Amino acid sequence: MVSRPHGGRLVNRVAKGNRRQRLLEEARELPKIPVDLHRAIDLEDIAYGAFSPLEGFLVEDDYLNVLDNMRLSNDLPWTIPIVLDVNPQQLQGLREGDDVALVYRGDPLAVMRVENIYDWDKKEFSVKVFKTDSMKHPGAARTYQREDKLVGGEIDLINNVPNPFQEYTLWPAETRVLFEERGWKRIVAFQTRNVPHRGHEFVQKAALTFTDGLLIHPLIGWKKPGDYRDEVILAAYKTLIKHYYPQNVVVLSALRMNMNYAGPREAIHHAIVRKNFGATHFIVGRDHAGVKDFYGPYEAWEIFREFPDLGITPLFIREAFYCKKCGGMVTEKTCPHGGEYRVKISGTRIREMLKRGEIPPGEMMRPEVAKVLLSFDKLFVEEQRRD
Amino acid sequence: MERKAKYTTVSIPLSLYNRIKEMIKDTGFTSVSQFVIYVLREVVASYEEEKQGTVFSEEEKQEIIEKLRKLGYL
Repeated sequence: MVSRPHGGRLVNRVAKGNRRQRLLEEARELPKIPVDLHRAIDLEDIAYGAFSPLEGFLVEDDYLNVLDNMRLSNDLPWTIPIVLDVNPQQLQGLREGDDVALVYRGDPLAVMRVENIYDWDKKEFSVKVFKTDSMKHPGAARTYQREDKLVGGEIDLINNVPNPFQEYTLWPAETRVLFEERGWKRIVAFQTRNVPHRGHEFVQKAALTFTDGLLIHPLIGWKKPGDYRDEVILAAYKTLIKHYYPQNVVVLSALRMNMNYAGPREAIHHAIVRKNFGATHFIVGRDHAGVKDFYGPYEAWEIFREFPDLGITPLFIREAFYCKKCGGMVTEKTCPHGGEYRVKISGTRIREMLKRGEIPPGEMMRPEVAKVLLSFDKLFVEEQRRD
Repeated sequence: MERKAKYTTVSIPLSLYNRIKEMIKDTGFTSVSQFVIYVLREVVASYEEEKQGTVFSEEEKQEIIEKLRKLGYL
């Protein structure tokens, strides 16, 4: 059986039919709070159940519990505070108990019941969530740019956020039905924000040997400059699957969710979200959700020891490399040969080669994938491939 | 500002406390309380897992199957 949703019930806060119509009419009359794309994405993730059991943005009690104990106030594991920051001027005249319309690019996106208006300490948030308040950390830097007040309360989604990857977007209810229809009981999820190299493929296939199906779940949404662009990642995976995976054991679907680069805390968050999509196992990468050298390479593995009640099994698979003597992908545990035979799979080296327009060696990346990558003019967020 | 987590007290026999204290030496658990919280959370989660209910109605399921077919997932 697929994983039980986190907290026991898959949240659905998407208003439909007459109810949606009524809320749309109400939203015209309500005070309006504009939200940016990050919060709009949070709203969708809440409404469609990816963030179950959250029914809205965190109220203060839950916020403080998540910050201090990495759990909601009902003791459920939750590591990344999902909060709505608002400019205090926009809160004038607004009281707890009021309804507001959350507006994205001029259109009402959701109606929110204001349960709680409270202050937050951005430095404390950064230090606890990111383990640093350095402006060199992209998550911390973004935190300091956020507004000064937080507003918590339940939401109802009345419009969807425009999505350029609609054909790849599946929500938790949909993946759950998909897995059921395919007869999968043990599903391993793979989170990524990179294009696939042979190391990724090895890890995914190793996990597939004892599960029924693989959910490749790239994050679509805000990423830092220098990360691979969303369409590049999807095209690369589509090609890899076409040439190297049996079609009936793999699902490629995009997950629109904000990337925080919060290392260990975010690894837990990623696992919880995939549990909501029905995954029973989750591959935790080396330096998962890390950035620069803010976290130790295996910190994201160690934090799982604090969560015996997560409800999804983390899989820790050591870094793979190509061994010329073995003639394939191996790990330290499976290969006895020395360094002279080993080809290390370096994401940085692959990136540099692609920037120069070169095809990386076949031991590092499948040639079909490399060719697709080189067909893009822009591979990276706010960066261009040098021709 | 550091806030204190909310706790309550549960009594266990002193003999059991001493056995646990001995058992957790060199395991990474720093106190009997930490170990007991870990074990209880594991047990409670496992109990809750068994109570899985239906996630959506048959009608919703059919709508989803239709969408999955259109997208080529089924």
